[in-house]
Amino acid sequence: MALPQAKQDALAARIAGLSFAREGWLGAARAEALARLSAMGLPGKRDEYWRYTDPAGLTVAEAPRAAVFDASDERPLFDGIDRLKIVFVDGVFDPAASDDLRLAGVEIERLATAGGADIHWARDLYGVLEGRGQVPVQRPLAVLNTAFATDGLLIRVTGKAARPVSLIYVHNSDTSDAILHHCVKVEAGAEITILENGPAAARFSKVMEVEVAEGARFHHIRAQGRDHERRAVTHIFARLGAGALFKSFTLTANGVLTRNEAIIELNGDEAVAHVAGAAVGDGNFHHDDTVFVTHAAERCESRQVFKKVLKNGAVGVFQGKILVKPGAQKTDGYQISQSLLLDEDSQFLAKPELEIYADDVKCSHGSTSGAIDEVALFYLRSRGVPEKVAQSLLVLAFLAESIAEIEDEAIAEDIRSRLEGWLARHEH
Amino acid sequence: MTEAALKEAEIRDGVDRETIETVQAMAGKYKYGWETEIETEYAPKGLSEDIVRLISEKNGEPEWMLDWRLAAYRRWEKMEEPRWAMLNYPEIDYQDQYYYAKPKSMAVKPKSLDEVDPKLLATYAKLGIPLKEQALLAGVEAPEGERKVAVDAVFDSVSVGTTFKAELAKAGVIFCSISEAVREHPELVKKYLGSVVPQSDNFFATLNSAVFSDGSFVYIPEGVRCPMELSTYFRINAENTGQFERTLIIADKGSYVSYLEGCTAPKRDTHQLHAAVVEIVVLDDAEVKYSTVQNWYPGDENGKGGIYNFVTKRADCRGDRSKVMWTQVETGSAITWKYPSCILRGNDSQGEFYSIAIANNAQQADTGTKMVHLGKNTKSRIVSKGISAGRAQNTYRGLVSMHPKATNSRNYTQCDSLLIGDKCGAHTVPYIEVKNNSSRVEHEATTSKVDEDQLFYCRSRGMDEEEAVALVVNGFCKEVLQALPMEFAMEAQSLVAISLEGSVG
Repeated sequence: MALPQAKQDALAARIAGLSFAREGWLGAARAEALARLSAMGLPGKRDEYWRYTDPAGLTVAEAPRAAVFDASDERPLFDGIDRLKIVFVDGVFDPAASDDLRLAGVEIERLATAGGADIHWARDLYGVLEGRGQVPVQRPLAVLNTAFATDGLLIRVTGKAARPVSLIYVHNSDTSDAILHHCVKVEAGAEITILENGPAAARFSKVMEVEVAEGARFHHIRAQGRDHERRAVTHIFARLGAGALFKSFTLTANGVLTRNEAIIELNGDEAVAHVAGAAVGDGNFHHDDTVFVTHAAERCESRQVFKKVLKNGAVGVFQGKILVKPGAQKTDGYQISQSLLLDEDSQFLAKPELEIYADDVKCSHGSTSGAIDEVALFYLRSRGVPEKVAQSLLVLAFLAESIAEIEDEAIAEDIRSRLEGWLARHEH
Repeated sequence: MTEAALKEAEIRDGVDRETIETVQAMAGKYKYGWETEIETEYAPKGLSEDIVRLISEKNGEPEWMLDWRLAAYRRWEKMEEPRWAMLNYPEIDYQDQYYYAKPKSMAVKPKSLDEVDPKLLATYAKLGIPLKEQALLAGVEAPEGERKVAVDAVFDSVSVGTTFKAELAKAGVIFCSISEAVREHPELVKKYLGSVVPQSDNFFATLNSAVFSDGSFVYIPEGVRCPMELSTYFRINAENTGQFERTLIIADKGSYVSYLEGCTAPKRDTHQLHAAVVEIVVLDDAEVKYSTVQNWYPGDENGKGGIYNFVTKRADCRGDRSKVMWTQVETGSAITWKYPSCILRGNDSQGEFYSIAIANNAQQADTGTKMVHLGKNTKSRIVSKGISAGRAQNTYRGLVSMHPKATNSRNYTQCDSLLIGDKCGAHTVPYIEVKNNSSRVEHEATTSKVDEDQLFYCRSRGMDEEEAVALVVNGFCKEVLQALPMEFAMEAQSLVAISLEGSVG
């Protein structure tokens, strides 16, 4: 079916000025993505999948301006962690600011220079997991990313990575419009931790495709930066083999618009996937977690833990789905989405879904929304804890279940101190 | 599910034999699948303005009613059938249906039940629906414990009779067919019809607005507690005929009514369309209980035949402290598309939704509720139990919405699903929208049936796990069934009759 003219025009405007090299396997993958994109067009707020988030800021031709925010009052995140640093400034790899890309157990290539080289593993991944993630719901912004990504990394993990790989996204220009695409392949039995932090650009689109092979382990912790005005849409597409582990945690503090999608396929028996998020918003903040977990093998476990603390008109959205395919017996699926509304103006909008086609499964979801528990507050105050301290304690306790998904205690502590900093700055 | 398949089905921990056997007993054994041989008068097949005019004329309606229908028809022509539900069915040919069918003996409306065609009375007697007001009024003692229930019986497109009208009239209660209400109480119908479910509401409601042929009308005056339960029994008999009934219930200030609805249809190879609208208006301090046992013919085990059930039911709690309670036991229909909703407009108003939905063989159900909190201190509670067997698909779809002004409100939602066999599906699609912080919203959905705390309590009192599970689940199941009035609870229990105990793993 041909796209309506208005949709064609909107797409043409969005991709005007974007281009890619058609050579090599990468060019072919991009051309194929562009063909898919042309057939689906960009999302609109009338799409059911964008029911609670207006994608306009992500689909307009020009990236809306976003002032660069000075975050020098805080120690940079992950500063004390021994890691391999790779820096992108407004979506462009910065070799001078980055460490040497050599790391024991890991091969790292830059996407921008990879098109000519025959990197067979990346060829089987780039745009492939993203393509699989287009059913049953279309995700055109990820397709656009596959077609037009300007930079990114191809990371192949063959053993236990000596250090975490830390991607730092620096925002430097009010009008930057960055599109990054990473592919990560964790070979059988290998293990890596990937850290991401920073606001990246005025508008940021990022796709990460992650293949976690048999018995491999993938840890992902990210913090999306404090810039108030930035917009971001990110997708993680992951596919897990038998006995593989995938753990991803995201902290979002501020940002006008954030849409984080995670699309995870559990394809091998006994695979484990945990996705968690803590979002704290004050004022003009719209944060959307959209998660789709597919159980396609037996005895797999998935957990989704999302917590949001909102005030001054901030909006939190959660759309989470667990799909259990026929035959995916002994599935253990869990999903919790909760919001703490600190004042009358904020909103929490949720659509937690289960779609189950196997009978011997344990799947549950829960969702709650409400204010700080007055009884708990009273109890703390009756013990002599000042009101503001008591509130912060209760907020941190509320967020704790999501932070508990971070295995590395040093990293978890870093995230916790970030949250404490945010709470101190945004006290009532 | 075929019997062989059921026998082969592995009996897992958590699904006991009794459950399997009960489902087995239900499979392919639809009790109400017989047909009444009665001469029927049809309107020509298909849908057009002329058919709408004809239905209006047959009902002897005033012009304003016809205009209302025509406006709906014209709107419907431009609408598209919704396809968002998790339902898979071939396209419905709306021109290949009869929109009006009535027994010939009803050509002249009988003045009392004595004059009703004995064949029709026999039909209802066979269904177990008492249309025997005379006996009771003549002083014959009712068996002990049997309460009076006034019944409006709808057969295909027409209401064949309403019992206990005189006794109800003494209390000021109006209970009659909607076609009669249009003629006798136009001021009430004009004021409230379409005020809860507007013509433009959705495809099926708009279709109903154009072609509804009959249904029930209830008005409970201020301060009156309706002296008996009211009931409508819908029977589809004619072939290829859609049934489009419209029910309007108005509970004036401080009144109370409990309303029951039952439905059956003969076994036929072709699908039949049923698109009903129920509107309930609840004013200050009034309370309405609406209970349904939906047992339309579900089709055979291969999905041949069965009713396509597209229903719009909504209660508008306009008054402060008003209260509405929907209870539904959904066991029939090939396709169920039904979301009884509550608009909690009045301050301190309350809405409740209790549902047991069973889908077996090739049945598909997409059902749930909407709780729209607009007033302050409003409360809602949703308890939904879905059971899927065979190749059936069972979806809970619901909305809980807390508007910014609905401060200090409360919602609790619990959706549990049980799957019997590995070819069926159970799905949950809740929408939760919270726009103020003094309200609490809690949603839980799970496949495990027992509350861990209750279980722990029972175990701490020395029960073993099975006893504890049996006790807790029994208690819970009773709670939902007990939400039904007594007469219905019996019918529902025999229909459900599925031991939930064994479903806990």
